[in-house]
Amino acid sequence: MNPTAVAPPAKSDEPRTSVSPLARLRDPAWYQRYGVYMAVAVVLLFNALFTEHFMTADNFRTQLVQVAPIVIVALGMALVIGTEGVDLSVGSTMALAAAFLPLYLGYGLLPALVVALLAGAVVGAVNGALVSLVGLQPIVATLALFVGGRGLALVMADGQLKQIVNPDLLSLGTGSFLGIPLVVWIAGILAAVVAFLVQRTTFGRQVVAVGGNRSAAALAGLPVKRVLIGVYVICGVLAALAGILATARLTASDPSSLGTLMELSAITAVVVGGTPLNGGSVRVLGTVAGALLMQLLRATLVKHDLPDSTAQIAQAAIIIAAVYVARERRSR
Amino acid sequence: MAPPEAVPEAPEAAGYTASAVLEARSVSKRFPGVVALDDVTFSLRAGETHALVGENGAGKSTLIKVLTGVYRPDGGELRMTGEPVRFARPFEAQQAGISTIYQEVNLVPLMSVARNIFLGREPRNRFGLIDFARMHRETGELLDGFGVRVDPRRPLHTLGVGTQQMVALARAVSVNAQVVIMDEPTSSLEPREVETLFRVIGNLRDKGIAVLYVSHRMDELYRICDRVTVLRDGRHIHTGELAGLDRMQLVSMMLGRDLSEVRRSGVTSFTAEGHEAARTPVLTATGLSSRLQLHDISVSLYAGEVLGLGGLLGSGRSETAKALSGALRLDAGELTVDGTTLKRLTPAAAIRAGISLLPEDRKAEGIVPGLSVRENIVLAAMPRLSRAGVVSRAKQDRIVDIFMKRLRIKASSPEQKVGELSGGNQQKVLLARWLCLEPKVLLLDEPTRGIDVGAKAEVQSLIDDLAREGLAVLLISSDIEELIEGADRIVVLRGGAVAGELSGDDVAEDQLLEVLADHAPEPADTAPAAQEDPR
Amino acid sequence: MNETKPATAAPAPVPTKAPAARPAAGAEQTGRQRAAELLQRQGVLAVLLTVVIAASFIYPTFASLDNARGVTIQASFLAVVALGMTMVIITGGIDLSVGSVFALGGVLAAWASQYGFLAALLLPLVVCGGIGLLNGLLIARGNMAPFIVTLATLLGARGLLLALTDEGATTYLVPEDSAFGELGQGSVWGFGHPIIIALVLFGAGGLVLQRTSFGQTLFAVGGSSDAATLMGLPVARTKILVYTLSGLLAGLAGALNAARLSSGVTIVGVGMELDAISAVVIGGTLLVGGAGSISGTLWGVLLLAVIQNLINQIGSLNSSYQSVVSGGFLIVVVVAQRYLARSRRST
Repeated sequence: MNPTAVAPPAKSDEPRTSVSPLARLRDPAWYQRYGVYMAVAVVLLFNALFTEHFMTADNFRTQLVQVAPIVIVALGMALVIGTEGVDLSVGSTMALAAAFLPLYLGYGLLPALVVALLAGAVVGAVNGALVSLVGLQPIVATLALFVGGRGLALVMADGQLKQIVNPDLLSLGTGSFLGIPLVVWIAGILAAVVAFLVQRTTFGRQVVAVGGNRSAAALAGLPVKRVLIGVYVICGVLAALAGILATARLTASDPSSLGTLMELSAITAVVVGGTPLNGGSVRVLGTVAGALLMQLLRATLVKHDLPDSTAQIAQAAIIIAAVYVARERRSR
Repeated sequence: MAPPEAVPEAPEAAGYTASAVLEARSVSKRFPGVVALDDVTFSLRAGETHALVGENGAGKSTLIKVLTGVYRPDGGELRMTGEPVRFARPFEAQQAGISTIYQEVNLVPLMSVARNIFLGREPRNRFGLIDFARMHRETGELLDGFGVRVDPRRPLHTLGVGTQQMVALARAVSVNAQVVIMDEPTSSLEPREVETLFRVIGNLRDKGIAVLYVSHRMDELYRICDRVTVLRDGRHIHTGELAGLDRMQLVSMMLGRDLSEVRRSGVTSFTAEGHEAARTPVLTATGLSSRLQLHDISVSLYAGEVLGLGGLLGSGRSETAKALSGALRLDAGELTVDGTTLKRLTPAAAIRAGISLLPEDRKAEGIVPGLSVRENIVLAAMPRLSRAGVVSRAKQDRIVDIFMKRLRIKASSPEQKVGELSGGNQQKVLLARWLCLEPKVLLLDEPTRGIDVGAKAEVQSLIDDLAREGLAVLLISSDIEELIEGADRIVVLRGGAVAGELSGDDVAEDQLLEVLADHAPEPADTAPAAQEDPR
Repeated sequence: MNETKPATAAPAPVPTKAPAARPAAGAEQTGRQRAAELLQRQGVLAVLLTVVIAASFIYPTFASLDNARGVTIQASFLAVVALGMTMVIITGGIDLSVGSVFALGGVLAAWASQYGFLAALLLPLVVCGGIGLLNGLLIARGNMAPFIVTLATLLGARGLLLALTDEGATTYLVPEDSAFGELGQGSVWGFGHPIIIALVLFGAGGLVLQRTSFGQTLFAVGGSSDAATLMGLPVARTKILVYTLSGLLAGLAGALNAARLSSGVTIVGVGMELDAISAVVIGGTLLVGGAGSISGTLWGVLLLAVIQNLINQIGSLNSSYQSVVSGGFLIVVVVAQRYLARSRRST
């Protein structure tokens, strides 16, 4: 059909300066962009008013430590989703990294970390190659390693849970700097790095362009395949790092259950954070806020003696709400 | 082109005494910020073939969508044989007897011919299950009636576009259509397929079916249409007999320009004089071959010259442009830029060598709709505007500012999303993307298609200027006037091979048509066969 | 990203003189294309047969009737879930909620079994069908991405299940010797009822898919949603129906599983959606929609079950190898599909 015959209706996506604050509140696009911060604020306000012992440094430390691995995985996931992809294998990658750790800790902490991260990079490279070189749909490509990755981890670990005694590795999970846990530092710094990557580097802008219109990017001479592989490798490495940190905190390598359902948590954080599933945009801060929102919500419900089941149903509702404001709007 | 077999003249008896089978009365349709249809009244008589014309943005597509139930009108009403009707869904329009054949065949590619024709109304056997034997038999009979013979079991996507369209038409007719709407049906057909289509339209007319025919091709309209309705800027301008209407009059109604102005200025904005071309070519392509698409194509481009690439749709024009920019996988052939032969042919390598391609499909292959005007402009130049992988905003802003001014890109700011711009401005953004790379060779594939008249003129004079400044330009256009007035030299393609070349005074409409039609020697048919064997 | 866009450059050198006798452009499919198509359709069956025959020679215990009963009963629950998934995927969608819905169906059935056979069967169907309906409504009417909608209901259904079972602490038992228990535990010639139910459902599913308008519409919606809309097919209704069907089948499978286990186990079904998707994809159904078959899914499910069984037979092997092999199979199949599709397209 003739694309220009119907002049594209001027979209009201951009919050323009002349728009009154009230009108903004009726604009779904505004919610897609800022809704998650508002929701975090509302949850915090609620807790400040109604929850005892919530607004304390101790509690925040606990919440942040718990959310840190999710944030780290979600950062990689946000990049992948920015290219109109998805990575289901992140949970299995965490397990794989965890399985490698005890095998190489004998050679020292550094070699073990390098090997574990490398494992993540390899998983990412395989995913990226399947997506970009073979041309598989991301869901299928990463499904294979979702299924196989954890199996591989279990095979390597002989299906065993292994205690970690290396003090250096353990301190990664328990240590803190300036009163803030190391894992939180790591997640925070990584978020800043990824934000810089997306906003200010050639690679980051290419990621967004590839997600926005792949064939246009290819014709503009962008290294589309390299960008795709790069994105999945980054996602794999970040997932492996999250696996290492989670292992350090658990004081045990547990490939059978570490990172299960992590793919869902990460995707949820990204989507709730306002990154559209069809690519072309990466919201790093939104992703962090999305992960935080889900964490705070669960904590709030727990503090009010509401069971986990309620938390899950609430999360489902929030995902639906987030996607609802982000859905394609039709004009009729 | 072979002289057409006599198309039945406008049937006095069937057409004009009959009452309106479909009417739109004072129909309006608004979108946020745009009035797409403004109080349009128009009627279609049984058995007539009615042309609907207008420039892009005139409201043709919107009107069609209102008539077929895709859009609901904001004001006014539709009537069928005098009775008011409302269509909530396309299906209701279909049930009322209005069928539509779209430009892009709107069938399901993976499903078989028969399943496509009978989708939604499959014949059942006595167990309530689909009766495939009957379905295949009836499909065969139906298509035979159109002079098309296809295995009803074949997946649709394995057929040629023309055949697919016949299947779509067969579907329309078999749902007992009273009105058939055709939206640019010939845009992707071969001349012979067009003849088949016209014969079928003649058939429909004989059956008393009204045809609403949307096309930009004047020749076709005058050949097969009885009456014409002109829309402009969403408003109804004229309805009347086509026979007595002068072509120039029709064009001036479409453009909203004075007749004398149309005559004087021609249709395009190119200056009359040619350009000074250099003596040695900046780009030489030899023996470009790609299985089934290109056969041993050789062209040279000279600095300061506009080379037109002529040929009908499917002749390999766009593929040649893609090949020259490294975007098409080649089986053989090489590219030499300024004496250096490119080793690996990829878009990135071509861009580095100074070759830029403005692709045909602006939406699918050009713009990144979610990114800003600024980012779309610097997309290809990004590595040059950054240091150690970190982009420099200041450098970007400088470049973007220069090109937005030079090309007069109308956007609220460089940060506006490019998807929100009009087609013409999007095209200028894409031109800016390539021009900021300072290319030596600019390949333009349909640079003015689907953009408004003003932007079209600007783009055309820009092409003129660029050539004068020493760029080598390759121009592809379906608009023959644009090609002839814009190009200094024209290479004509047919069947994926070079069919002829026009230069100097030969760059004229009749010469071009002569080469396009089968008068010239025919290398196209033999080339593919020769190409198959080696290895 | 429409993979199936027909090549527009199809040459049609057609004589004008005798149009009636003209062969359509490239009327004959090449032998290679046909072979590729056959391989796409029946490749899994060939692999399945090869594996089964080879295994029968190597492991005599594998070829026993008892083992066949065991493998098929194991596979029957996944098969019923994968049946619904196949239809969803044919429409170009995906249903991630089936694993949770499966578990929820089991819990509901076990709880309701104290009120009799009918209650035990109907309650899970109504609730799980309702969740499927919700999926369908949000996807078709709310215009939201299936992936994320069903991800949300995956969480929601699991939450509902936990709420019903005191956070998973309570396991409802199916009364002994009840008619409902018999539904899961009884057998015909040693083949459990769930196997027979799964086979009947697959037969019906095949008929629906191939021989009814609804089935044709599924393919049309997946093949080209726009075209289906313009043809006046009930696209939204079809989508709603197919997700409802998927929910119903997942709930039914859950209920059957509960009947077989005599209890509503709360921890089943985690990751089942991905097993189902694997089986469907291995079975040759395109994840982009528009093409696929019920029989392929059946072979896919059986192949996964046989692999699992074989790894159990090879006692020395860690059972974790099963997922490694399944993952490997998945990669091989989808990569092969990809190249087959390519060779089919290049005329």
